[in-house]
Amino acid sequence: MYRYDEFDHDFVNQRVGQYRDQVERRLSGELEEDAFKPLRLMNGVYLQLHAYMLRVAIPYGTLNSTQMRRLARIARDYDKGYGHFTTRQNIQYNWPALSDTPAILEELAEVEMHAIQTSGNCIRNVSADHFAGAAADEVADPRPYAEILRQWSSNHPEYSFLPRKFKIAVTGAERDRAAIQVHDIGLHLKRNEAGELGFAVYVGGGQGRTPIIAKKIRDFLPEADLLSYTTAIMRVYNLNGRRDNKYKARIKILVHETGEADFTAQVEAEWKKLRETSLKLPDADLASIASYFAPPELQDRAEGWARIATGKKSDAGFAAWVHQNVTPHRHPDYGVVTISLKPIGGIPGDASDAQMEVVADLAERYGHDEIRVSHEQNLVLPHVALADLEIVYRALLDANLATANAGLITDIIACPGLDYCALANARSIPVAQEISERFGSLQRQQEIGELKIKISGCINACGHHHVGHIGILGVEKKGAELYQITLGGSGDEQTSIGQIIGRGFEPDKVTDAIETIVDTYMGLRLNADETFIMAYRRTGPAPYKLALYGEASKAA
Amino acid sequence: MMKVLTANRLSDGIAVWLGANGQWLENIDNALIARHEAAADALDEAGKSAFNANVVVDIALIDVEEQDGEIYPIRLRERIRATGPTIRLDLGKQADLKQASAA
Repeated sequence: MYRYDEFDHDFVNQRVGQYRDQVERRLSGELEEDAFKPLRLMNGVYLQLHAYMLRVAIPYGTLNSTQMRRLARIARDYDKGYGHFTTRQNIQYNWPALSDTPAILEELAEVEMHAIQTSGNCIRNVSADHFAGAAADEVADPRPYAEILRQWSSNHPEYSFLPRKFKIAVTGAERDRAAIQVHDIGLHLKRNEAGELGFAVYVGGGQGRTPIIAKKIRDFLPEADLLSYTTAIMRVYNLNGRRDNKYKARIKILVHETGEADFTAQVEAEWKKLRETSLKLPDADLASIASYFAPPELQDRAEGWARIATGKKSDAGFAAWVHQNVTPHRHPDYGVVTISLKPIGGIPGDASDAQMEVVADLAERYGHDEIRVSHEQNLVLPHVALADLEIVYRALLDANLATANAGLITDIIACPGLDYCALANARSIPVAQEISERFGSLQRQQEIGELKIKISGCINACGHHHVGHIGILGVEKKGAELYQITLGGSGDEQTSIGQIIGRGFEPDKVTDAIETIVDTYMGLRLNADETFIMAYRRTGPAPYKLALYGEASKAA
Repeated sequence: MMKVLTANRLSDGIAVWLGANGQWLENIDNALIARHEAAADALDEAGKSAFNANVVVDIALIDVEEQDGEIYPIRLRERIRATGPTIRLDLGKQADLKQASAA
C-alpha cells in the first residue's frame, strides 16, 4: 500500500501543529466559535448530539495492521472503546473531547493517517472497490488512481471552496462494488480494445434529497489524462455550480440543469486547454504510484482446497461462512474474506477496540497485512489463503465477527441516525437491529438470498437508502418518527433509485412491513435464482403495494 | 410552553443544561425551567453570554414538559441528548445515572 514520503509526513505534521495551536487558542478564548468551527471541520471534527465526533479518513478504505491497531488504541484511550465504520469507508469516533483531538491527530499522523478533508466543501476521501487488488473479476487495481487523486486534491487551493462537497469513487471491475454512479465523479477503470488502461467517466450522480444517477460523459479516458480531465470537470463545476442555494449546489444539479450534452461539451472544451499541460501523468509517475500497490507475493497453497472441504463437512457454521463471506480471489488458492460488522441484532458498522485488534492480528498473520473497509460497513481481509480460512474463522468467531451474512438481508447499512447525529430526524440503528433480529435465522436468510436493506435517518442519505433494494428513510412527522420505504434501488453497475412504495410506517410497524415485502417476493419469484431486485424489476411495485396496503392501493 | 436552555460544553462537547444557580449541568433534571416568555428571554440572554464567554456552543432553548416532577423534553432528539444513544444504554447520561445508583 501507499507509504508517506517526506512531503506527506511534513504536510500532515504541519497540519497537526496548526490544528493544535487553533484548539489551544479556541479553548483560551482567543479564537471565537465562528472563526474556529470551519477550522475544526477541516480536520474532521464535528459537533453531534452528545459530544464532538471525529471522522478519520481511510483512503480508498485501505489500511494495514499497524493502522488498525492505532485506531483501536484511539478508541480505547480517547473514546469509549469503539468506532463506527462508515459508508464512505471512514471511521468515526463518537465521544472525543475537543481538547484531546490534537493528540488524536498526532497519533494518527504517526501511522500515516489524518482527518483532513473529511468535512467541508472540498474533495472528500476518494473511495474505491473494497476488493481492489484481490478480486478475481478485476481488470486492474483502481487504488493507484485513487491515490493520485488523493495527492492531487489534498489541500488543492482551487478546490478548497467548492460550491459543495465533492465525492469521487473508482472501481476496476465490471461488477461495481463502489457505487460509482451515485458519486459526483465515478471512474470505471477498464481496458480498451488495444488493451490500454483508461476510464469510463461518470459525472453528476448522488443521493441526498435529490437522488440522481450519474451520466457517462466519456466512455474511455486514457489513464494519463486522469488529472487533466478531472480538472476540467472541476473547473466547469467550480465556475458554474450554484452557490446561491445549498440544496442545489452539488454537481448533479449543475449537470441536470445544464443538460448532459451541454455539460459534456463544456468539459471537453476545458479539457482541450488542459490536456497537453503538466497535468498529463507521466508513465514513470503512474508506475511509481502503482508500485506501492504491487500485489503481495502469494505462494501457491493448493492444500487449502482439501482443507476447507474437510472443514466444511465437519462444521456447518464454517461452511455457511465460507459460502457467504468468502469471495473468489484472483489467485485460486486464496479468498477475499468479508468480516461482517453486522452481528444479528447488533449496530451496523460498530467495532470495539478489541475487535479491531483481532482483525489487525489476523491481517498481519494470515492476510499479508492488508485490511479494507467497505462502504457496506464491513471489514475485508483481501488476501487469505484457503488453507488458513478455518483458523481465521475460529478467531473471528471468538470475537463475534464471524456472522455469515455478507450480502444477505441482515447485512444492513445504517447511518448513525438520531442516536448520535445532529442532522438526523429519526433513528436508524434500532430499525436495523429489529429487522436483523426478525430475519436472524441463517437458513431463512439464505432462502431469501441477496437482499440489500439500507437505512438513513434523514434526507441526506448517508445510509444510502435510495440505492437499497429495500430502502428505509426515517422522517419526523408531527414530532414522531415515521419510516418511508422505497423499493427497487440498486448501487451497482445497474444503478437505480428506489421508488417510494406508499405511506410511511410507525417505528413498531416497520419490521412487519419489511417482512410483508419479503414474503411477497418469496411468493412471486420464479425460482431461487431470481433475486429480490431481479424480481422487483420484473413485476414492478404493484404486488408489494397490494400486500402492504390492500385493495385500496389499487385506486391510488 | 415551558423551556430549558441546553448547549454543548466547548471543551469536550458534552451536552449540558443551564441550572438555577447559573451553572451548566451535565444532567437535565435540575435545569432551570422558564415558565413564561420573560423567563425564556432571560435564559436566552444567559446562553448568549455563556457562548460569548467561550463556555458552551450550540445553544438552544428547547420545549419541555414536567411529568411526575421530572423534566421531559418534547422532541425525541432532545430526549436522546438528555439520556444517551437508545441503542447503547451503557453510554451517555443514562450510563452515569446507572453508575450513580449502583454506587
